[in-house]
Amino acid sequence: MAELNSKIPKGSLTSKWTHYKDHQNLVNPSNKRKLDIIIVGTGLAGSAAAASLGEMGFNVKIFCYQDSPRRAHSIAAQGGINAAKNYPNDGDSIYRLFYDTIKGGDYRAREANVYRLAEVSNTIIDQCVAQGVPFAREYGGSLENRSFGGAQVSRTFYARGQTGQQLLLGSYSALSRQIKLGTVKLYDRHEMMDVVLVDGKARGIIARDLITGKLERHFGHAVVVATGGYGNVFYLSTNAMGSNTSAIWQMFKKGAWFGNPCFTQIHPTCIPVHGDFQSKLTLMSESLRNDGRIWVPKRKEDAEAHRHGKLKANDIAEENRDYFLERRYPAFGNLVPRDVASRAAKERCDAGFGVGETGLAVFLDFKESIGRLGKQVIEDRYGNLFQMYEKIVDENPYINPMMIYPAAHYTMGGTWVDYELQTTVTGLFAAGEANFSDHGANRLGASALMQGLADGYFVLPYTVQNYLAGEIRVARMSTDKAEFAEAEKAVQTRLEKLMAIKGTRSVDQFHKELGKIMWEYVGMARNEAGLKKAIELIRKLRVEFWKDVKIPGALNELNPELEKANRVADFMELGELMAHDALNRNESCGGHFREEYQTEEGECKRNDDDYKYVAAWEYISDGQFKLHKEDLVYEEIEVKQRVYK
Amino acid sequence: MKLTLKIWRQKDAKSTGKFVTYSIDNISPNCSFLEMLDILNEQLIAKNEEPVVFDHDCREGICGMCSLYINGRPHGPDDAVTACQLHMRKFKDGDTIVIEPWRAKPFPVIKDLMVDRSAFDKIIQEGGYISVNTGGAAEANNILVGKENSELAMDAASCIGCGACVAACKNASAMLFVSAKVSQFALLPQGQIEAKQRVMRMVKKMDELGFGNCTNTYACEAECPKLISRSNIARMNREFMCAKVI
Amino acid sequence: MNSSFLQFSSITKKIWMAFLGLFLMIFLVVHLGINLCLLRDDGGVWFNAAAHFMGTNYIVKVFEIVLFGGFIIHILLGIILQVQNWMARPVRYLVSNKTDTPFLSKYMIYTGGIVLIFLIIHFMNFYFIKLGWVSNPNFIEGEPNFYIIAQELFAQPVYSMLYVILFIVLGFHLNQAFQAAWQTLGINHPQYNSCIQWFGTVYAIVVPLGFIIIPIYFLLIR
Repeated sequence: MAELNSKIPKGSLTSKWTHYKDHQNLVNPSNKRKLDIIIVGTGLAGSAAAASLGEMGFNVKIFCYQDSPRRAHSIAAQGGINAAKNYPNDGDSIYRLFYDTIKGGDYRAREANVYRLAEVSNTIIDQCVAQGVPFAREYGGSLENRSFGGAQVSRTFYARGQTGQQLLLGSYSALSRQIKLGTVKLYDRHEMMDVVLVDGKARGIIARDLITGKLERHFGHAVVVATGGYGNVFYLSTNAMGSNTSAIWQMFKKGAWFGNPCFTQIHPTCIPVHGDFQSKLTLMSESLRNDGRIWVPKRKEDAEAHRHGKLKANDIAEENRDYFLERRYPAFGNLVPRDVASRAAKERCDAGFGVGETGLAVFLDFKESIGRLGKQVIEDRYGNLFQMYEKIVDENPYINPMMIYPAAHYTMGGTWVDYELQTTVTGLFAAGEANFSDHGANRLGASALMQGLADGYFVLPYTVQNYLAGEIRVARMSTDKAEFAEAEKAVQTRLEKLMAIKGTRSVDQFHKELGKIMWEYVGMARNEAGLKKAIELIRKLRVEFWKDVKIPGALNELNPELEKANRVADFMELGELMAHDALNRNESCGGHFREEYQTEEGECKRNDDDYKYVAAWEYISDGQFKLHKEDLVYEEIEVKQRVYK
Repeated sequence: MKLTLKIWRQKDAKSTGKFVTYSIDNISPNCSFLEMLDILNEQLIAKNEEPVVFDHDCREGICGMCSLYINGRPHGPDDAVTACQLHMRKFKDGDTIVIEPWRAKPFPVIKDLMVDRSAFDKIIQEGGYISVNTGGAAEANNILVGKENSELAMDAASCIGCGACVAACKNASAMLFVSAKVSQFALLPQGQIEAKQRVMRMVKKMDELGFGNCTNTYACEAECPKLISRSNIARMNREFMCAKVI
Repeated sequence: MNSSFLQFSSITKKIWMAFLGLFLMIFLVVHLGINLCLLRDDGGVWFNAAAHFMGTNYIVKVFEIVLFGGFIIHILLGIILQVQNWMARPVRYLVSNKTDTPFLSKYMIYTGGIVLIFLIIHFMNFYFIKLGWVSNPNFIEGEPNFYIIAQELFAQPVYSMLYVILFIVLGFHLNQAFQAAWQTLGINHPQYNSCIQWFGTVYAIVVPLGFIIIPIYFLLIR
C-alpha cells in the first residue's frame, strides 16, 4: 500500500478549499444519472450527503439499521452547533473558530481540514434555517447564540436541548424529499456487513436485511460510510444501543486504514452509574456547565459521609466545598474543554473526594445561579434536562445539586481519510464521526454536529463528484460478479460460524466484560502496564467469545442477538487496536492521557517532537497492525501548550 | 421487586401471536423498563428460549424507537417519558405488567413487540420538508422569526415520531404526528410557500395509509412523551381548510 | 352517496361534522324555545301556534330541508368515521386504554346512537303524525294537536323517564361536541379555549335542563 497522501490542496490556508472547488472535476447531468452512490448511515453526515448528492442527480442508495433514518444517533446531541457568524459581535471569526478547534483538539488535527470546517460552518446555519430548523431566537427574530466549553465567544446555535434532533430532522426531511423524488432509495433495517472491492476500488456493499436475515449485494460506483463512532466499545457509553464499529472495522480489514483509534472523548456531565443492570449512560448537555458549578467536598470525611447517605450535599458548608475546576482553571473555570473537566473529576474521585453511593460522582450545583437569575430563568434554559435528571435519578435538581460523572461519549478517532474524505481504499469515503476527522485528540462541544453536516452537505458533494468524474466510463456492474459473491460468502461463513458456537454465555456478558477492560485500562487515564494487560485480556476474551458465545434463534430471521454478536466480535478486535495505539502514543494529549506523561500539576504533557502525527493503522492480520504516520504540518498557527488556566 | 410479565409473542408478521406469562424477580426499582426486559432476555437465553424482540436504540428518550404498550398506556404509567425512560419504581412489588406492541393497521407487527412504522416516513416524504437544495440558502438572519412563533415551532418540532399518539388513540389516528410537522412549518416564514400543498398531500397520505380519524379524545396529547399539544391539530385543520377554500 | 363521502379526506369529513353539529345546536335552542311554550297554562294556544308557524312558514320549510339534510349527513358521517376508525385497528389491545381523556369523549358514537334512537321515537310521536305516516286521533282544525299529544306522552312516567335520561345523554354528547367542533374547525387558542369550554358546558347543562323541566312539570305539577 502506498504511503499516506492527505491530498491537501496547494495555496494559502484560506484559499485551499476555494481552490479545490474551482478546479475539481465535474460530472455532467446526463452522466450523473448513470452513477450509483451507496451511503451507509443516516445520521447528519449520511442523510445530508444522500440528500445533497440526490439533489445533484446521482443515484443514491442509503442504508440504516434503524427502522427509520430519523432515528440515527445524531438525534441525541443536545447542546448545539458552532458557527463563526459573529452575530453577538464578540470578536468571533472563521479564523478564531478554526484556531479554537485546533487548540481544543490539542494540535492533533489536520490544519487544512479544520480550516475548511470553520469556513463552511456559516453556510450550514444558512442551510438549516432555510430548511425550517427552529433555532433559538432573540425577541427581535434574529438567531440567538450561547457559549460552550473551550471558547471565549458565544458561537453556538441551538434548539433548546435538542439541537441534534432538529438538525437531523432537517437533513432527514431533505432526504425524505429526495426519496419521494426517486433519486434516493432507502433501505431501512439493513446493516452493512462488508464492503466489496473490485480491482482495488470500492464498488458496493454486502448488507443484511435485518427482518429476513438475508444477505443482499448492492453495487455503487462509490461507497460513503457515515456510521458514527465506536464509543460502545466501552459497553456503557452515551451512544445508542445499536451504535457500532462494524462498518468501519470491515473496511479496515479491506484496507481502509484506521486513524488515531485511541482518541476517545469522555464527557464530563453524565448521570453516574448505579447498578450492574445498567445498559447505557445518559448525557446531560455540557451547556449545564454555563450556569452550574462543579464541586466536591473539601474534606474527605464529608465525602465519605455523603457516600454512606449520612450527609446531604446542601448540608456541606460553603467553605468546605472545593470548586475544583474554578480553582485549577481560573480563566475558563467550569467551561474548560471536556477532556480537562473529565480528568479533573476523575482525579478528585480517585483521591477519595467522590460522592454518591459509588463514590464516582461530583456535584453540579445550580444554587448560585438560581439565586442570581431566579428559578424561572434556569428552568427556561435547562428545564428539559432537569426533568430528565429527575426522571432517572428521582431527585429534584432544583433543590439538591445534581451528581455527575464522566462517561464515554465520542470517538475522535476513526477511518483515516484524506482532504477529500476518501479513505486509503479508492472510491471509499468516510464522513462524520466515522472518520478520524477534524477534532484531533479532543472534540470541542457543538463541533460534532458542525462536522457531520459540513461533511454531508458541503464536502462530500464536491469530493465524491470529483472522484466520480473519473468513473463515468464504468458501467453499472452486475452483483453476480465474483467479487460480490466472495464477499457475501465470507459474511455468510462468519455468521454461520457465530451461530454454530452455541456456547454458554450471552453476547451482553461478553460485551460488558470487554467494556470493563476498556474502561479500566483504555479509558480516561492509561499507562503502559495497563495497556499491555488490556491487550492480553482482550485477546483472551476474544478467544473465549468465539468458543463460548450463545446466540439463540436462527440465521435467516430477525435475530437481534446475532446482530449484537456480530458487532461485539468487531468491538473485541477494535479494542485491541485502541490499546495498541494508546501504547504507541507516548504522550498525553486531549482525550488521551498517559499517566507517565503528565506535568507536576497533573496536566497533559504533549510530545510534539515525536508524536505530532496522525497514527494510521493498517490491518495485517488478526491482532497484527502496522503503523503509518501522517505528519501534521502547521503552517498558519503556532503550536502551543494548551492552557485554560 | 418481583413481577409477573404478560408479553405478546409473535414469531413473524404472518404468524398469529399469543400472550406468554413470565415471572421475574430481584428487579431494582432504579432499573429502567427496558433494562428489566434485558434482564428477562438474559434469563430466557440462559433457559434456551428465544428472547423477546422489541425496538429500542438511544435509551434516552429521543430516537423514538421504543414502542411498548404497557398496562394499557403507550410508554407506560409515567407521563412525558418514553418506555426507555420509564423506571421500575413506577411499579409495585408483585405487579402484573401486560406488554403489547403498538396496534394499528398501518403499524403491522414484525415480531413480538416490534412494529413497522415506515408509514410515518411515507407521510413525511409527501411534504414534511421545505424544498430547498443544498447550497441554495440565503444568509440565515435574513429570515427573521418572532420568538413566540419560533418557540411554538420548536414545541411542534420536538416530536420524536414514536407513534405513541397512534397507539393511544382509540381510532389509531395519526393526526398529532402529522399536525406537529405541518405546524412546525406553518409557524415559520420559510414554510409558507409550500404550505397548502404540504398539508393536503400529507393528510391525503395519512388517510391512504389507513390511519383512523380524529375524534378529539386527546388521548394522543395525554400520551405524547414530548407533550405535543393538540393545538397543533387545530392548526392543521385550519391550514387544511384554508388550503381547500382559499 | 356513501362512496363519494368516503372520498373526502378525513379532515373534510370532520369539518362537516363539526359545522353541522354546531348548526344542530342552534336548532336545538329554537326547538327548546317552542317546547317551553308547553309550560304556559293556556291549553296549548302558544305551543300550537308555534307548531303551526313552524309547519307552514315557507322560510322555515326551506330550513327544514337543510335541517334534515344536516341531521342525515351528521349521522352518516358519524357512522362512516366510526367504521373507518374501527378498521384502523384490526387487532385490539388486551388491556383497554387507560389514558386519561375527557369524560365520555371516547363514546360519542354511542351517545350519538342513543340520541338517534330517541330521534326516531320522537319523529314517530310528532313529525310523522303531521306527515300522516303515523295515525293519531288528536287533531284540531285539520292539524295535529301537538299540545295534547305531548301532554299524553308526558303523562306516561316511563316515557318521561326515558326523555329525561335521553337529555342527560345528549348533554354529555354536547359537552364534548361543542369544544371538539371548534377544535376541528381550527379554533384553539389559550386566550379563548376556556371560554369555549365554559360556554359548551353551560350550553350542555342549560339546554337539556330546559327540555327536562317540561316532563317533570307535567308529571309532578299538573
